[in-house]
Amino acid sequence: MLKTLGKQIKEFKKDSIMTPIFMILEVIMETLIPLLMGSIIDDGVEKGDMRHIFLMGGLMLVFAVVGLFAGIMGGKYGARASTGFARNLREAMYANIQTFSFANIDKFSTAGLVTRMTTDVTNLQNAYQMILRMCIRAPFSLIIAMAASFLISARIASIYLIAVVLLGIVLMVIVKFAMKYFSQLFEKYDALNASTQENIAAVRVVKAFVREDHEINKFKKASEAVYNLGVRAEKMVILNSPFMQFTVYTCILLISWVGAHMIVVGDLSTGNLSTLLSYCMNILSNLMMLSMVFVMITMSMASARRICEVLNEEASIQNPENPEMEVKDGSIRFDHVTFRYNENSETPVLDDINLEIASGETIGILGGTGSSKTSLVNLISRLYDVSQGHVYVGGKDVREYDLEVLRNQVSVVLQKNVLFSGTILENLRWGDENATEEDCRRACRLACADEFIDKMPEGYNTYIEQGGSNVSGGQKQRLCIARALLKKPKILILDDSTSAVDTATDAKIRKAFAEEIPNTTKLIIAQRISSIEHADRIIVMHNGRVDAVGTHEELLQSNNIYREVYEAQTGGNGDFDENGGEL
Amino acid sequence: MAEERESRPVKPMGGRPPRGVRGPKIEGAGKIFWRLVKYVGRYYGVHWFFVALCIIASVLANVQGTMFTRTLIDDYIIPLTKAADPDFSGLLQAMTRVAVFYGVGIVCTYLQSRILLEVTQGTMRRLRDEMYAHMEKLPIKYFDTHVHGDIMSLYTNDIDTLRQMVSQSIPQMFNSVITVVSVFVSMVILNVPLTLLTLVMVGVMLFTSTKIAGKSGNYFVEQQKNIGRVNGYIEEMMSGQKVVKVFCHEDKSLEEFQKLNDQLFDSAYKANKFANIMMPINAQLGTVSYVLCACVGGLLALNNIGGFTIGGLTSFLTFNRSFNMPINQVSMQLNSIVMAMAGAKRVFDLLDEKPEMDEGYVTLVSARKEDGKIVECKERTGLWAWRHEHQADGSVDYVELKGEVVFDDVDFGYTDEKIVLHNIKLFAKPGQKIAFVGSTGAGKTTITNLINRFYDIQDGKIRYDGINVNKIKKADLRRSLGMVLQDTHLFTDTVMENIRYGKLDATDEEVIAAAKLANADTFIRQLPNGYNTVLTGDGANLSQGQRQLLSIARAAVADPPALILDEATSSIDTRTEKIVQDGMDKLMHGRTTFVIAHRLSTVQNSDCIMVLEQGRIIERGTHDELISQKGRYYQLYTGNSIGA
Repeated sequence: MLKTLGKQIKEFKKDSIMTPIFMILEVIMETLIPLLMGSIIDDGVEKGDMRHIFLMGGLMLVFAVVGLFAGIMGGKYGARASTGFARNLREAMYANIQTFSFANIDKFSTAGLVTRMTTDVTNLQNAYQMILRMCIRAPFSLIIAMAASFLISARIASIYLIAVVLLGIVLMVIVKFAMKYFSQLFEKYDALNASTQENIAAVRVVKAFVREDHEINKFKKASEAVYNLGVRAEKMVILNSPFMQFTVYTCILLISWVGAHMIVVGDLSTGNLSTLLSYCMNILSNLMMLSMVFVMITMSMASARRICEVLNEEASIQNPENPEMEVKDGSIRFDHVTFRYNENSETPVLDDINLEIASGETIGILGGTGSSKTSLVNLISRLYDVSQGHVYVGGKDVREYDLEVLRNQVSVVLQKNVLFSGTILENLRWGDENATEEDCRRACRLACADEFIDKMPEGYNTYIEQGGSNVSGGQKQRLCIARALLKKPKILILDDSTSAVDTATDAKIRKAFAEEIPNTTKLIIAQRISSIEHADRIIVMHNGRVDAVGTHEELLQSNNIYREVYEAQTGGNGDFDENGGEL
Repeated sequence: MAEERESRPVKPMGGRPPRGVRGPKIEGAGKIFWRLVKYVGRYYGVHWFFVALCIIASVLANVQGTMFTRTLIDDYIIPLTKAADPDFSGLLQAMTRVAVFYGVGIVCTYLQSRILLEVTQGTMRRLRDEMYAHMEKLPIKYFDTHVHGDIMSLYTNDIDTLRQMVSQSIPQMFNSVITVVSVFVSMVILNVPLTLLTLVMVGVMLFTSTKIAGKSGNYFVEQQKNIGRVNGYIEEMMSGQKVVKVFCHEDKSLEEFQKLNDQLFDSAYKANKFANIMMPINAQLGTVSYVLCACVGGLLALNNIGGFTIGGLTSFLTFNRSFNMPINQVSMQLNSIVMAMAGAKRVFDLLDEKPEMDEGYVTLVSARKEDGKIVECKERTGLWAWRHEHQADGSVDYVELKGEVVFDDVDFGYTDEKIVLHNIKLFAKPGQKIAFVGSTGAGKTTITNLINRFYDIQDGKIRYDGINVNKIKKADLRRSLGMVLQDTHLFTDTVMENIRYGKLDATDEEVIAAAKLANADTFIRQLPNGYNTVLTGDGANLSQGQRQLLSIARAAVADPPALILDEATSSIDTRTEKIVQDGMDKLMHGRTTFVIAHRLSTVQNSDCIMVLEQGRIIERGTHDELISQKGRYYQLYTGNSIGA
């Protein structure tokens, strides 16, 4: 894990090395100052040497300036190293996510990826800064102060040594127990937040079933668990400061007692005694600091782990070595294709599929929920890889093509489609960066999107809000189709892409397709018979298998499933349109 | 493995700004502060009193210890070095006295944090519970008008800033103030000129840090802005990642991200830099103050001006250090208190929201028929009745629960200025199926929200079994209406419990029967643990259709006399719907049902179809009647409307 993260320091290595160096310099200055202070008392005050006092005072000021310089530089480098590290982490994750296949994306949820790139990175940024600035500083400061104490008086310094070891052990034990409780606490806390979020989202359900009190009780129970664990964890933590105080006070008393004896027999000067006393705080507070840093690092481990999961995730679909750069035509062939999302699952999602589709054909695909229609078409543009068998496009196995070439020729309009914030034109140009406005208009005409775009006050420059929240479902679908058309693909796949478009418009789109792009192979997944009945052939899917293939008339006669659906949709063309109001 | 803690709300990056950075200006911060103090004090007044005592005691013990250094050197060590036969018993006695003080100090420190722990955790728990309980009682309007992420952050970020304030800021402020005061007094006792010198240096320190903080503050604002941009971009692109893949837009998307990321780095670096150099500057200014005091104090001690001694100087220098520290701390805490006030304001805003009012007094009771008369009874009979107590004379009427719904000239608007439903009249007899069709925004869902009083109407009357719905207790009204919504919502729990949500005391058998009715039983049994499969993340592992089947089963187990189906089958494909339809028909049998759908097969066999447009019912009738009218319904139905 450290290796993975370490790689991301990159150009900030210099900053990462300079930070501790300057921190050490600052510490040296900080430690020398009490030493000079002792000298002021011993050699200046007691001997009545004013010159010595000023000399030492001047020296102290010099040290203070050096210390200030070191502190500022350390702070600067530390800030650069940690924020730079965070930048690299975000970028590396983002870049790696771009290589993810659909299977990789499914593994992480959107929310999960967002959290990793925001909160988790921030945690690591803070921890990294802490490590660079404190992890070196605190032990170094502790050692220097200790060494200085030994120089003054080995006997007294050994008191520190014993105190440090004892306090260190106690702190470690406290931290260990506290960490255990804290990780339990965070888990419970997350669960509490998750269920609160769930409740807010489902508030209509809660109110409709009059379950407010039930929910409140549920929450109270979870809240109580958080409370109990919180109290338990904090109980450990609050032991820290009394132990610390106990050690400091004991040290002060012991040193005073021993020191007094030593001064009386002439082994120690009063100046040295006050220097030693000021080191006492220094040493023990550094130890305290160290235990805090330790806690922080341990807490950020979870974030580090989550970030590494993204960084180390290898794209399950990669470009072949000598990729084929041209898709000859729009023919598709499935050869004994079996597919599972999870290698270990028993029942395959697609089971031994054999299909042959000629270039330019229009194919309708129909089937119930969970009959794997989407899974079937996702294999064509290699959004997922088959488990067994082969999928051929233009006569070649899809795994032989360059991914970008393949996906530009096989254009998919996804079931869960998304528009991005930006103007309509910008969104359309996702299909083709260099498309002229005329190209865009033509695509929109084909997708019957021109009629509503023209009515918008700013036309093609209308700004689409995030997620396309300012256009209706049907409008969104038509824009998505236009966007896919701009790729001028050899194969066009519509995955339930006109479900919110009214029947008449749906018919117009189909007509435009037949007339304007006759050579493009068109695969249309739909729930409405009317959307597919005029297709050259219709594939009926059932439980991951092809139940039947044929024309509308053939299937109506021979296929039970198809007939049932048809009968269920008898009468008119099926749907009341959500967009009726746009007329 | 990869998926845990996904639902954590995203916290802003970059941590808190350094001290001195102005938080957002808050209206009536003082008022909020006192309200918070009162809130905490209400339950923990005695606790706070003891905390204060403990803080004073431990600060005094600490100060006393520092003073001891002077006594040690001046009163014991120096005389002892001069004595021929040093006697340490006096010193031992003095040290024992100090040790006792120290002991008291340690005990007080522990007690202080132990009591505070109780106060903090208890307050947080109480606050959480109160917020949640209050939130549950708020009307739907609150949830419709507030971003859910914002409500969530009350429970995470805002409560957290409050926790910090109660557990750290307030006690530390108090501690610092006591320390400053007692150290100041001790310093004055030791030496007045040196005290003045220290004060001057404190002034210099405060001055420089405000200067730096001002600069750093600008960069923090900048950083916050960039964080917002980066987070927004990440959220948008991550949710559209599959589309990015399909369009091979990876490089472009990365390029754009790098731009934003670099901007964030730039401002984060600057903001952090200034925050980081604040500490060394203050520390070294502290050293300067120390050196000055040492030199001046040395001169004083050497010339024995004002009876100043070496021991006095040693103590003073320790005080000098412990004087600077709390002053820095107070200003740091002030800032986090300002941040906490912003959080407290949002929390109190929630607590001040008016809960859903309910003046209803007609209740739903179990009943039994005796000689054709309805009599209230305790046990569940399956027969329900409205218990109508007349306010005038106290007499009680019982009306059988049937599910008859009447809208009498209803007007409604989410705000008084903008009426969205006009003159809605409808009459649903018990057991009838009423359908609403029309375009998005025509007001279909709004009507159903009025029946169960998610919203209250402006004008007109809605009657349920002849009783004005305003007179019926909301809980009982809603209990008599089942709802299946387009957006299914499942809870993190087993499938069994999710269905049981409709009727908490339902037996397992009842749950399974309901699942069978909704045709959900088959797929449930195929899940890894059947009915005991735990659903997470709003049933993320189920298909949309399966989730809808579960929510239909949930309504089925509740067994209400009236049903509202708001696009309940829109995500179920026609074939599956046909299978479900059978179950739905069984579910709808004998119940008044309001159906919103844009699929014909769902609507066709309704007793009455209402065609809505812009908040008005423009056509009504059965399918055949409407078709023969050749109006709007006919247009929608045949798809001939385009170009009309």
